[in-house]
Amino acid sequence: MHEHLPVLVIVVPLMTALLIPLLSRFGGVRTAWTLVAAALGFSTYASWALLARVGQEGFVRYAMGGWLAPTGIEYVVDPLNAMVLVMVSSVGVLATLWMARGLAVDLAPERRSGYLTVFLLFVTGLMGITITGDVFNLYVFLEISSITSYVLIGMGRRRQALYAGYSYLIVGSIGATFILLGIGYLYQATGTLAMADLAERLPELFHQRNVLTAFAFVTVGLAVKMALFPLHGWQPSAYSQAPAGASIFLAATATKVSAYTLYRFVYTIYGPRFLIDVLPTARDLILVSACAGIVFGPLLALRQSDLKRLLAYSSVGQIGTIVLGVVLLDPAGTAGGILHMWNHAAAKGALFCVAGALAARTGGTRVKDLAGLGRRAPWTGATVTIAGLSMIGVPLTAGFQSKWLLATGALEAGMPLVVPVLLLSSLFTVIYVWRIGMLVWFAPDDVEPKVTSEVPWSMRIPGLVLAGLCLVLGVTSWAGTWAQAAAEALLR
Amino acid sequence: MTLFGRPLAEIGPVVSMALCAGAVPLLVLFRKLPNLREATSLLVAVTNFALVLFLYDAWKRGVPIGTHIATLAPGFQLAFRADALGLLFALVASGLWILNTLYSIGYMRAHHEQHQTRFYACFALSIAAVMGAAFAKNAFTMFAAYEVLSLVTYPLVIHAQTPEARAGAKRYLTYLLGTSIGFQLPALFLVWHLGNGSLDFTTGGLLHGSTASAGLLTFTFVLYVAGLAKCAVMPFHGWLPAAMVAPTPVSALLHAVAVVKMGVFGVSRVVLDVFGTDTLSRIGANDILIGAACFTIVVASLIALAQDNLKRRLAYSTISQLSYVLLGVALLVPAGVTGGIAHIGAHAVSKITLFFAAGAIYVAVHKTKVSELDGLARRMPITMTAFAVGALAMIGLPPAATMISKDWLLKGAAAGPNVFVLVVLGTSALLNAAYFLPIVWRAFFKPLPEGAPTGRQEAPWPCVVALAATALLTIALFLFPDGLLHLAQEAAGYVATHGGGH
Repeated sequence: MHEHLPVLVIVVPLMTALLIPLLSRFGGVRTAWTLVAAALGFSTYASWALLARVGQEGFVRYAMGGWLAPTGIEYVVDPLNAMVLVMVSSVGVLATLWMARGLAVDLAPERRSGYLTVFLLFVTGLMGITITGDVFNLYVFLEISSITSYVLIGMGRRRQALYAGYSYLIVGSIGATFILLGIGYLYQATGTLAMADLAERLPELFHQRNVLTAFAFVTVGLAVKMALFPLHGWQPSAYSQAPAGASIFLAATATKVSAYTLYRFVYTIYGPRFLIDVLPTARDLILVSACAGIVFGPLLALRQSDLKRLLAYSSVGQIGTIVLGVVLLDPAGTAGGILHMWNHAAAKGALFCVAGALAARTGGTRVKDLAGLGRRAPWTGATVTIAGLSMIGVPLTAGFQSKWLLATGALEAGMPLVVPVLLLSSLFTVIYVWRIGMLVWFAPDDVEPKVTSEVPWSMRIPGLVLAGLCLVLGVTSWAGTWAQAAAEALLR
Repeated sequence: MTLFGRPLAEIGPVVSMALCAGAVPLLVLFRKLPNLREATSLLVAVTNFALVLFLYDAWKRGVPIGTHIATLAPGFQLAFRADALGLLFALVASGLWILNTLYSIGYMRAHHEQHQTRFYACFALSIAAVMGAAFAKNAFTMFAAYEVLSLVTYPLVIHAQTPEARAGAKRYLTYLLGTSIGFQLPALFLVWHLGNGSLDFTTGGLLHGSTASAGLLTFTFVLYVAGLAKCAVMPFHGWLPAAMVAPTPVSALLHAVAVVKMGVFGVSRVVLDVFGTDTLSRIGANDILIGAACFTIVVASLIALAQDNLKRRLAYSTISQLSYVLLGVALLVPAGVTGGIAHIGAHAVSKITLFFAAGAIYVAVHKTKVSELDGLARRMPITMTAFAVGALAMIGLPPAATMISKDWLLKGAAAGPNVFVLVVLGTSALLNAAYFLPIVWRAFFKPLPEGAPTGRQEAPWPCVVALAATALLTIALFLFPDGLLHLAQEAAGYVATHGGGH
């Protein structure tokens, strides 16, 4: 079975998603949940196994149905997408664990099985984007994940959720269409859709107009999907209106997979020389919008009174940090950007678990309802504190390591101005994390906490695990080593 | 001795931190059993001190101490080791933690303070951070410990959760985090860049022989010192008076010893082991530090003169005394550096005595102002005698340990080109006399106010024992200064080393 892991990691959850509507006739939500948990459990196991194999062999290739690329579709796993795969599947499992009790927070009983099915398809779509070595296949998975995410967001409890889902549908479809157009141009120019072939053929065609146009379309399309400043408009409503369980997974991983795709296009398909020699303007543009996001994201977050919106704006900044790694084109910077995907997934996932707990206890996600939370729910309080510190990038938390790598990379790449930008964003982040910390731990004694008790352990553990990761990744070199291996493989 | 199959000396620093941090779950577990909780605190404090003594002994015997935990990025490691400077800081902080815990028990209970579990837990975490900084092998590890200390002391400053406590704590963290993120982190980054990707503390200076321009090196140095705002050099001192809203045990151990000493310790590291005395004297950047330190010494003393609140007066005195350390180190001559570093220990024992006394007065007779202390020696003889010892120490008179360190400072100042430093030191001694001796005179020679109770009214015995012990320590370090001086001289490179330690 092990040689088939690259395909099973996708096929098992995909098929399970088809089975859920049938099987959940027997046993209802409980059956549906068990199937999702089992399928994602398997995918998580498979992605960790793939990571281990990549560690030994450096590369894993799998030809679909025995048809070698470019005739067939090939799945290729290198350190970069092994890392993303592990991130997506593991956060998927944790979000599923959260949903065991958390579905009741904001979903009517009759909608839960359907919701779980769509959720599983969504995770599968993201994993598919990550693992495939074929750009058209990538687009197919992108559509699977996009359409399912519109549905998930629209299933939120409030009426605004429909609007949020719908506006994301409009913007997201434009983005996806851009990507498809870009892929079309690439096919027109090279006659192939396999990434490895594209990488071989493109350098000779760099000055063809359709190759340049393709890059523009793909980049802008992906910038929409990953909510890169200033194309982030859809994201705060989408995050804040989505049901609690889905928003944990959505916020922790979805935009990062789009960022991963940008890494793939820039490094693997076009190659790092493209941005340096052929289209330096694009490099500057991406750099500027990443830096603008890094500064304005946390700045906009300061003004939010809704916790999920606040976290969404902070994500705008964090995605900018991840995208920095794309344009620095330097080993340390690239590794920093890649590492930041993991680090931010851990921190943001944990924070959305807390937002979910808040929703479970107060029925809303107002920041001010966090007052006194630490007194009644110390575990949840610890989760939000640790994850918040990692968002700032306090040393000994995961956030510091990736930001340091990015800063050193920026210096090496001759972009020293990025360093004060990163510092500034940390200082802004201090302000809102501090505000949250004050509410959680030091609310005046006469304030009656709105959160009167802890949520069940099954909803606490996912947050605690992710917050714990923020600390563990901060004091060990394990994740950093992987990120550096991934960067090396990309820059080779 | 081995632990987990590794020599204890090797993993000692990590064990020490794990011990202090590991106390936290126990303290939380025993939150409903105050006696057991406080016993745990004391036990951990004593064990930790024993461990540091063991490391001190191992260092004297030349046993290698320390270990490498992780390389987080190229040239960017979490690693620990022990040397003279670090051991001095660790011994002072861990030793005084025992007495401070004892004192806290008396103070917090007599005062019926809320949130005592949080208090003891954050204290343990603070000491863990101090141990991390003392045994840090490189500038990153020290930076990490520095940040952790700022964060874990925050709940201690805001402890009372009154509007004043909130405002003070806000000021505290804004200063400390703002300067460390805004200045220290960029400085660290520049050092990493100038030091060719290394951040390791090196005898003689990591940047020794650096070919970077004097301007860039000076800029980095100033940035670094500004980023170590815990040393309270002006104009980065505003957080220290603000931190006085904390309960007195916090002011005593953290804002007279651990936190502020981490600042001056950090500057000593930067001068000696990051830039190195040769580089600094070549570029002349030490003159900036000498200037800032002299300014702080005099101006903080002048402000202290005007304070009627006893703790605030002590706080400004601390600001002034901390700059003695900075001044000594900035002189760059071995005698001056020895004096500065010895002052870390000497000032610690005497200033903690003064704070203990101030807290004892507050607990026993609820007085916080200097003008209310008339005749108090009759009611609190032990406390006020200890206070008098501390006051003499601030001036630098016998029988107090600070006389030794100030003597070395004078030697260092006389040896160098900056003779005006002697004038500053003289002026400062006079100013210290002017704001401490009146307190002693009031307490001992003025009559009690009319209608005030006259009976003996000492603070609870744990407080009295603690403050008597630190006062005796102040005297003991005057009579037997060899251990302290040896460590300071070793750190300053004053005598030829004997018996390892590198």
